[in-house]
Amino acid sequence: MSALEFCRWVQYSAPLVAMRQSPILFPIIATVHLMGLALIGGAVLVVDLRLLGLGLHRQPVAGLAHDAERWLLRGLLVMVSTGILLFMCFATKYYYLTFFWVKMAALLLVIVFTLSVHRRVAMANEADVSPVRCKLVALVSLSLWTIVAVGGRYIGFP
Amino acid sequence: MSRGPGRPLVDLFRFFEWLGTTSWSIALHESRYVFLLVLMIHVLTVSVFVGTAVMIDLRLLGKTMTHVPVSQVVTRLLPWSEAGFLVMVVSGTLLFYAAPLARYENVFFRLKMAALAMAVMNVWVFRRAVYRRVGEWDLDPVPPRRVRMVGALSLILLAIIITAGRMMAYQDYWFG
Repeated sequence: MSALEFCRWVQYSAPLVAMRQSPILFPIIATVHLMGLALIGGAVLVVDLRLLGLGLHRQPVAGLAHDAERWLLRGLLVMVSTGILLFMCFATKYYYLTFFWVKMAALLLVIVFTLSVHRRVAMANEADVSPVRCKLVALVSLSLWTIVAVGGRYIGFP
Repeated sequence: MSRGPGRPLVDLFRFFEWLGTTSWSIALHESRYVFLLVLMIHVLTVSVFVGTAVMIDLRLLGKTMTHVPVSQVVTRLLPWSEAGFLVMVVSGTLLFYAAPLARYENVFFRLKMAALAMAVMNVWVFRRAVYRRVGEWDLDPVPPRRVRMVGALSLILLAIIITAGRMMAYQDYWFG
């Protein structure tokens, strides 16, 4: 089964056809998806602003990263679960959108980056990490999240 | 639309009807890309405005950064939320200006504006009344009940603002 056939199969499966017939289900899922954006935005900004020397600049990064991670993971859970539902509703449309695949690639990258390099730098003893490295990590993180967000809005346009 | 002898001094309906006929409004309405760019900025700034506000609210509720003094969270994160809010208001005003009458007549727009006014009032009450005595509970992992109420109310209002904003697009589809 090719990717396109899979998208077609998902989109026209009985539960998804039923879902699309509801006038309010898609708007509600899209709304919760947007709330996830806010949650992820807040959790990411608290840590990345701090890594840039902005925001809560008097607090140790490790403590903030530890606190924010819980909300980041919750935000991701909301985002990914509602995102999968939104994708399934119009899977074949997204299949043909280059920006959808760019968004997915950036999302995969930023999740891997956040849980590996970003996490290691943020949780490390601050004396062991150069400020330049902190700022670089924050900029990579913010750039990747921005691509994901812009891609998300772009693929939703009619 | 006649309002009879009791017609108000400022007739918003007529005013927005006129505003929609101004050339800049029409230009914005018809310029597909500028309009979509403004819409994108408006939606994505949710992550900055609501995002940082949510983190402050969660601290007021004692749900995150419990080791950080509340005053530090407020003084260092609120400016980011306010900057995001400014972008929201500017981009939102442009989106309104692109189709004034349609927005004015949109029930979700009205709900959103009402929730927004309440959210601003909530911040004002927080600043004028609750936050003045921050010294008494600044270091509390879980602040007192009245502080938590402000945080909870803020989260609820932000959720209503996001929901109503998203639903604005469906007014015609549902009730048209």
